[in-house]
Amino acid sequence: MPLIETRDLWQRRDGHDILKNINLRVERGEIFALIGPTGAGKTTLLRLIDMLDIPAEGKVFFNGTDINSSDKVRLETRRKMAFVLQKPVVFNASVYENIACGLRWRGVNSRDIHKEVDGIVETVELKSYKYRNARTLSGGEVQRVAIARAIAVQPEVLLLDEPTANLDPVSASKIEDLIAGIIKRETITVIMATHDMSQGQRLADRIGVLVNGEMVQTGGLHEIFTSPRNKQVAELVGMENIIDGVVTSNVGEMATIDINGRVIEAVTDFDVGVEVSVCMRPEDITVALSRISSSARNSMAGNITWTVSTGPLCRVEIDCGFPLVALVTRRSAEEMRLKKGTQVFANFKAVSIHVLRRN
Amino acid sequence: MTELWNGLVKAVELIVTLDPEVMQIAGRSLMISVSSAVIGSVICIPVACLIHFNRFHGKRFLVSLIQTFYSVPTVAIGLFVFVFISRAGPLGGLGILFTPTAIVVGQVILITPILLGLTISALNSVDRAILDTARSLGASGWQMAVLVIKEARFAVMAAVIMGFGRAISEVGISLMVGGNIRGFTRVITTAISLETSKGDIELSLALGIILIFIALVVNIVMNRIQQR
Repeated sequence: MPLIETRDLWQRRDGHDILKNINLRVERGEIFALIGPTGAGKTTLLRLIDMLDIPAEGKVFFNGTDINSSDKVRLETRRKMAFVLQKPVVFNASVYENIACGLRWRGVNSRDIHKEVDGIVETVELKSYKYRNARTLSGGEVQRVAIARAIAVQPEVLLLDEPTANLDPVSASKIEDLIAGIIKRETITVIMATHDMSQGQRLADRIGVLVNGEMVQTGGLHEIFTSPRNKQVAELVGMENIIDGVVTSNVGEMATIDINGRVIEAVTDFDVGVEVSVCMRPEDITVALSRISSSARNSMAGNITWTVSTGPLCRVEIDCGFPLVALVTRRSAEEMRLKKGTQVFANFKAVSIHVLRRN
Repeated sequence: MTELWNGLVKAVELIVTLDPEVMQIAGRSLMISVSSAVIGSVICIPVACLIHFNRFHGKRFLVSLIQTFYSVPTVAIGLFVFVFISRAGPLGGLGILFTPTAIVVGQVILITPILLGLTISALNSVDRAILDTARSLGASGWQMAVLVIKEARFAVMAAVIMGFGRAISEVGISLMVGGNIRGFTRVITTAISLETSKGDIELSLALGIILIFIALVVNIVMNRIQQR
């Protein structure tokens, strides 16, 4: 039996469907990431699971029990979960009191609360702030208080809504480490919403992709990453190059695809004549100044239309009859003197191309 | 003009020398109005929570009704309470007419709308995310109410102080159901009105100064609270 299950869950607001028929199963001990662009319904789904809102249709089950069956069940179930909101707020009280409140509401005695909170402020590195008013803390610190407050009650399920979205990179990686530590140390089920695919990959066992209120695809990390089901998922998982074409031949799953008159080879089982979208990651495309014979099946000539350097990497767009974005190291970009107008060859393997049927 | 000046000098003298009559009346006034504010708060804060946390039909109407009664005339309440507790009234058996208790009852009724209304708006001002957080951390209904009052504590305190201010400055109720009995139910406001009509300006002025001083303190405390 899954620990958390949603059945035909719908949510509506002002006549709009925010969630459409969500059927989700999360097993005990699983770290599940809900990935999707902002406004996809991730927060709404988490709020329904935590019973902060009532669904328009459908049910949520916790360990087989309908969580909205009565107020008593609602409270009891909620006390087995903890939810860290996207923009966490702290109560106008000390850090200690903030972390202690969940335990207090569960009737834990003061001595045990003291022991528990003392341990947790060390974990979240807020020991020196223990008696400070939590309202005076910075964003990253507030986030840590919110996480501390949630894990203090030793929940069976931890719900995290964009835990690092509003933080600077340093605080964000601190929070991520903290979450990774919690996941490693404790047997806990986590459902985490994030728009950051790489964060999902770093922390989760399984991923569900939510787009426009629909659960477009759920699966393991590898599956989502390598075989997105549609364009939106492909974009989300970093397949920046999505180009439309038509299959012109297919022999033993090695197909040729016509894109604007240029032909590429790709591995797919789509038949001749099928209209497809070809998806490629920029990091799977190598750039060379001359045609190289390697295991790369495709080598397309083209001119660079723009280059942008970001940190140690350089992003270049090559016009090979269709635009193709490639990622090269800054060093090799400098060595090859890549700039606008340079003629180059874009090389990519047939297996690194993901082919989707267009509809 | 000299009369007023002499009166003022005498009044300050009465205050500085801690004149027994002045002190007694001021002390009684404080006692009665503090009691009204405390009793009113004990009743109104939980009721305000009930109204705030429950969704029911006509809630908005109820809240505007409460706000309408902020400025209910004190004599109207005096009359109303008088009718109830006079010997022939339905609560005449209690025998509380012309006692400090009667004044407290009247003042509690007087300040109930203010306490209710301002407490409800204080609770309203608490961020929804605070409620969601508390609920997600497993707070039950009344645990949430306690938390929200704590979060809005300064605004709730302001409501109580406003209630106290209204109670101590009213005269209609104290006069009608207290009876202005010397040494028993005479409070600052009733004493001022009586002594002024008797021509004893000094005593009136002294009590007036004390009343203004109390109002000033109340205002300073209010400002302090609202700045937090």
